[in-house]
Amino acid sequence: MSAAITTAMLEVQNIHTFIGQFHILEGVTVAVPPGSITVLLGRNGAGKTTTLRSIIGLTPPREGQIVFRGQAIQGRPAHKIAQMGIGYVPENRIIFRDLTVAQNLQIAERKKGDLERKADFIFNLFPDLKRLYSLRGGNLSGGQQQMLAIARALVPDNHLLLIDEPSEGLAPVLIEQMMDAIRQLSASTTVLLVEQNFQVASQLAERYVIIEEGVSVHSGLMADLVNDTELIKTYLGVA
Amino acid sequence: MNYFKQLSPEHRRSWGLVAAYLGLLIVISLADFGLNTAGQTVFRGLLLGMLVFLVASGLSLIFGLLDVLNFAQGAFLLVGAYVGYQVYEGIGLGAGLSLLAAFITAVVVGGILGTLVEAGLIRPLYKRPIFQIVLTFGLAAILMDLVERYYGPDPKQPIKPPAFLDEKFTLFAQSLSVYRLFIIFLGLAMMIGVFILLHRTRIGIIIRAGVQDSEMVQALGINVRLVFTLVFVLGSALAALGGIAIVPYQGATLEMGNQFLILAIVVVVIGGMGSYEGTAIASVVVGLTRAVAEQLSLTHFNAPVLAETSILLLMILVLLVQPSGLFGREEA
Repeated sequence: MSAAITTAMLEVQNIHTFIGQFHILEGVTVAVPPGSITVLLGRNGAGKTTTLRSIIGLTPPREGQIVFRGQAIQGRPAHKIAQMGIGYVPENRIIFRDLTVAQNLQIAERKKGDLERKADFIFNLFPDLKRLYSLRGGNLSGGQQQMLAIARALVPDNHLLLIDEPSEGLAPVLIEQMMDAIRQLSASTTVLLVEQNFQVASQLAERYVIIEEGVSVHSGLMADLVNDTELIKTYLGVA
Repeated sequence: MNYFKQLSPEHRRSWGLVAAYLGLLIVISLADFGLNTAGQTVFRGLLLGMLVFLVASGLSLIFGLLDVLNFAQGAFLLVGAYVGYQVYEGIGLGAGLSLLAAFITAVVVGGILGTLVEAGLIRPLYKRPIFQIVLTFGLAAILMDLVERYYGPDPKQPIKPPAFLDEKFTLFAQSLSVYRLFIIFLGLAMMIGVFILLHRTRIGIIIRAGVQDSEMVQALGINVRLVFTLVFVLGSALAALGGIAIVPYQGATLEMGNQFLILAIVVVVIGGMGSYEGTAIASVVVGLTRAVAEQLSLTHFNAPVLAETSILLLMILVLLVQPSGLFGREEA
């Protein structure tokens, strides 16, 4: 493991998380520097999604510490953690199907007027959403739902975005669009990403953490990882 | 209307089925009973439907958001009826003010009871659905027992509504009390009021989102536990309102809680577990079905059991055609 980053916006320190009786995370350490895109890599079932859920408080860790902007947040209720400025875009998007696009965005407001203030930024990033504004979430395509899920996390002032598998199930042209959007939003927000598609991950992220069977085993700069074919092959199964 | 334009094909089909079914009921009634009796039957069906709605709407909201099938919902109705009855009898302010006081007290007591039950008993069991069922079942039995001990086993006679609600009017050659119309309007007002709450307010949007995924709502920074409590209180207060609304019409009996609970469960299952719109529509459907079946059994079969069975048969039929109920949750 590389040396810890002391100025990190988020520091996950040796967390252990259980789902029921199953010990899913057995020591995950992640440091996310401010203004960066960091990606969690690893095979299916390695514990990447559980790491994000542990950070946001939906599956709280039993051991270890999570420090966000200098404050320990582990054990706090999820809504309190989110209110501190963490946005969460879950793996399967979880768009509220019966609500319109507008309502899906309004519900994310933490202060009155959040959406009005952010509307230009959001619609610049995802122009399609403006056209779909009064449509039900359930009537959107997969790509449109993914855009809405990210847009929803952008409505309040978040310092950190946790984005789980943004490219999953999207057509290549939509993946490009999504990557552009994440690049653009990372100019103002720190991003911690889970991405199974190594091509996408390597083009987006500056830093990486590899998780293997619930343990973080490697971390560092993405520029170094792309040249380390042995490491990629060992942990990610990509040649 | 925007609402209909954006419905899923399954729900559009459900609307079609409901319209066809209600049309069929009305045609059967007209053909078999004649205009006047058919009109009276439809009126009785609407009345029953609105009363059932007051209990079922709470049951549906609570199940939708909290995943708790609250078997104590009938007991909340019972408590509302008896507490309201006591206030009416004891306050001595004249029929109008006494009835108003009875309504307000019943709703407040129902709300307080709901708060205590949710915060004290249900909340620790949110991840244990079987325990919740046993708990609310036991709670219903305890509340019924307490009502019996405090108010006695004898049924209470209907209380007299104020003069303007006690007047008679003639509808389809039958003299009816205005109070019956009032119950229908009360039910409709609650139906529309809760619909507006769910569709036009922030808290309503949060409730609807929470019905789909309360975890995601929490991850957006919303205290979903607080919303759970509010919904439980609303559901309990609606049941208590239903209880006191029945008293001037039918009086109060210890069995009324269970009778309405069974009807409400059937309504929630037919409408689709957790669907508020489904519950509203199914209340009318169940009310009319039962009224028509009652009239049919009276006219042809002399078998009152037919009325009881009719709604259970309807429920089985709906579940065979649409296993998630008419307006049940769409699968992800």
